[in-house]
Amino acid sequence: MNRSQHIVGSGLVFAVGIWVAWVSFTQEPAEAFLFPRLIASVFVVLAGWTFGKAVMGLSKVGSGISRTMFLNMVPGLALMLVYVFWAAKALGFYTATAIGFFILLSLYDPAPHSEGKTWVKRALITGVFVAVMYGLFAKLLSVYTPREILF
Amino acid sequence: MEFIYYFGDVFSPLSFLLLLGGTIGGLILGATPGLSPTMAVALLIPFTFHLEAVQGLILLGAAYTSTVAGGAVSAILLKIPGAPANIATTLDGHKMAKQGQGAKALQLSFLASAAGGIFGVLLLIFLTPLLAEWALAFGPSHLFWLAILGVTVIGSLDSASVVKGLLSGCIGLWLATIGFDDIMGAQRFIFHPSLGGGINIIAALIGLFAIPQVLTMFAKGRRTEGAEVIEVQKHSVLDATRELLRCPRALGIGTITGSVIGLIPGVGGQIAGLVAYDQTKKFSSEKEKFGKGHSEGVIAAEAANNAMVGPSLVPLLTLSIPGSPTAAVLLGGLLIHGIFPGSDLFDNHPDVAWTFINSMLVGQVLMCLFGLYIAGLAARVAQVPQSVMAAIVLALSVFGAYSVQSSMGDVYVMACLGIGMYFLERFGFSAAPLVLGLILGPIAEANFIQGGMIADATVGKASYFLTGGLNIFLIAVVAASIAYSAWMELRSRRYTTKEEAQA
Repeated sequence: MNRSQHIVGSGLVFAVGIWVAWVSFTQEPAEAFLFPRLIASVFVVLAGWTFGKAVMGLSKVGSGISRTMFLNMVPGLALMLVYVFWAAKALGFYTATAIGFFILLSLYDPAPHSEGKTWVKRALITGVFVAVMYGLFAKLLSVYTPREILF
Repeated sequence: MEFIYYFGDVFSPLSFLLLLGGTIGGLILGATPGLSPTMAVALLIPFTFHLEAVQGLILLGAAYTSTVAGGAVSAILLKIPGAPANIATTLDGHKMAKQGQGAKALQLSFLASAAGGIFGVLLLIFLTPLLAEWALAFGPSHLFWLAILGVTVIGSLDSASVVKGLLSGCIGLWLATIGFDDIMGAQRFIFHPSLGGGINIIAALIGLFAIPQVLTMFAKGRRTEGAEVIEVQKHSVLDATRELLRCPRALGIGTITGSVIGLIPGVGGQIAGLVAYDQTKKFSSEKEKFGKGHSEGVIAAEAANNAMVGPSLVPLLTLSIPGSPTAAVLLGGLLIHGIFPGSDLFDNHPDVAWTFINSMLVGQVLMCLFGLYIAGLAARVAQVPQSVMAAIVLALSVFGAYSVQSSMGDVYVMACLGIGMYFLERFGFSAAPLVLGLILGPIAEANFIQGGMIADATVGKASYFLTGGLNIFLIAVVAASIAYSAWMELRSRRYTTKEEAQA
């Protein structure tokens, strides 16, 4: 597997470990950070060890991410980020879910995009799913989700 | 025999309906490749908020039991294990299905699952009160070491790399400290307003188990699943029962292996199934038939992976130490209802504890009955395209995380943890120890602080935490689990190196 991926991954974890240790040992009141200090000490040692092994090319566990996997994942991940961090609140949960669900189906459905009936099928699945979600969460569980537009 | 008094509660209309729904839903979810039992249980937690604690637990317990058994359907009919626990079932189960014995393989798998599962739950019934009584003797230092033990055992045994497993546990313990400190009220690691109230366990569980699965499905791209469902011919259940009774050795080895492995925190159903399969093969007079469609292989594997379900809850219900990731999720389900496992559970909420345990016993029977009839349907559901599954799981995760406290902050935390966990998993880190750290962190910290106060007023911290028989025993177990895993890891590396050298 790509050694540089291991270096970047474990390097990030090591950086978080150093930050946790720095905050734990510098913030006041010290009594509130007793337990975090204990954890941070172990965290930094283990993260440093992992990073050191990655730098020396000795990381054996973890297959990393291939270019194909990454390219396959990017559209879905981007849509997920937009859905979670913007659309769900800005458009309302059900509207955002309907749009997001339909786009995801269209992006990843192996059925041909050139046939009209596959689009109808996707729209139907989306409609049924959103109706079920509405029934479950709005009616059965009485969860009041943000409903900015439509419903 | 206290459990008998609460047996009737399982059959109250709502409880029984939830048990039935959890069992059937679990069988279908379990048969769906890519949906692990842990993820299924995590996604179900939001649906338990409006239920009584006992009813919520019945639903989660039924889903846990039946997802493990349901995984056998896709293992047998599609050659895709529904969960890692069903890997060993694939070896002979799919061969049997290809030879036209699909129905027989399914019947044997559900009958063996039920037999193993019932034995496992009986073990849970008889061991739990004894251990819960013993747990009363535990002071803050012991509880602190127990919490650390929970994280280190899973960190070292459940991960391919001991260091990365322990590091995952540390990350979980650190995440548990985010928010306001309980004693001083000081802010700790709050780098975003969403973290003001700390990390909500349920939102975190959903994110850590569901989002990586969604991203894994995305990473496969627009792929048509090549798996083909093998048609199931009719087969008499009575004949299958007779066949099961003709293989007492496979059933016995599977059940005992699964039960013993279930009691060890961190060792999952995958290991139970494979070890039972291997041992049954060793003791069988028909070794050559294994791997070619031998019913003993299916019986041993399925009896083992369901027999471990009950015992895996023993450390959870007595010592608050979840024995598996799914048990950790169940602990989350208990905590949201304000119920703390251990002696408190059996002394103050015996109705909850015993009705839940009894429901698992009844659930095993229901799982067997329904499993035999809905296996064909479950296999069809297992063929649902991954794109649909990914979209469903993503939407359920968002709605589930939001419904915990009606907070978008929980949704953001869920998504960030899930995306982070996906990338960490690709680099060999594991979700199970991280979750354990997150759940056991507050227990470890509370007892560390409380123990520290007692120690300052008495013998000093070092003596209080590091001496005494039970402390030394727990520390020794922590050290032994790490040393054993490190030794196993080094040994397997040495073998890899030898193989590489020979190649």
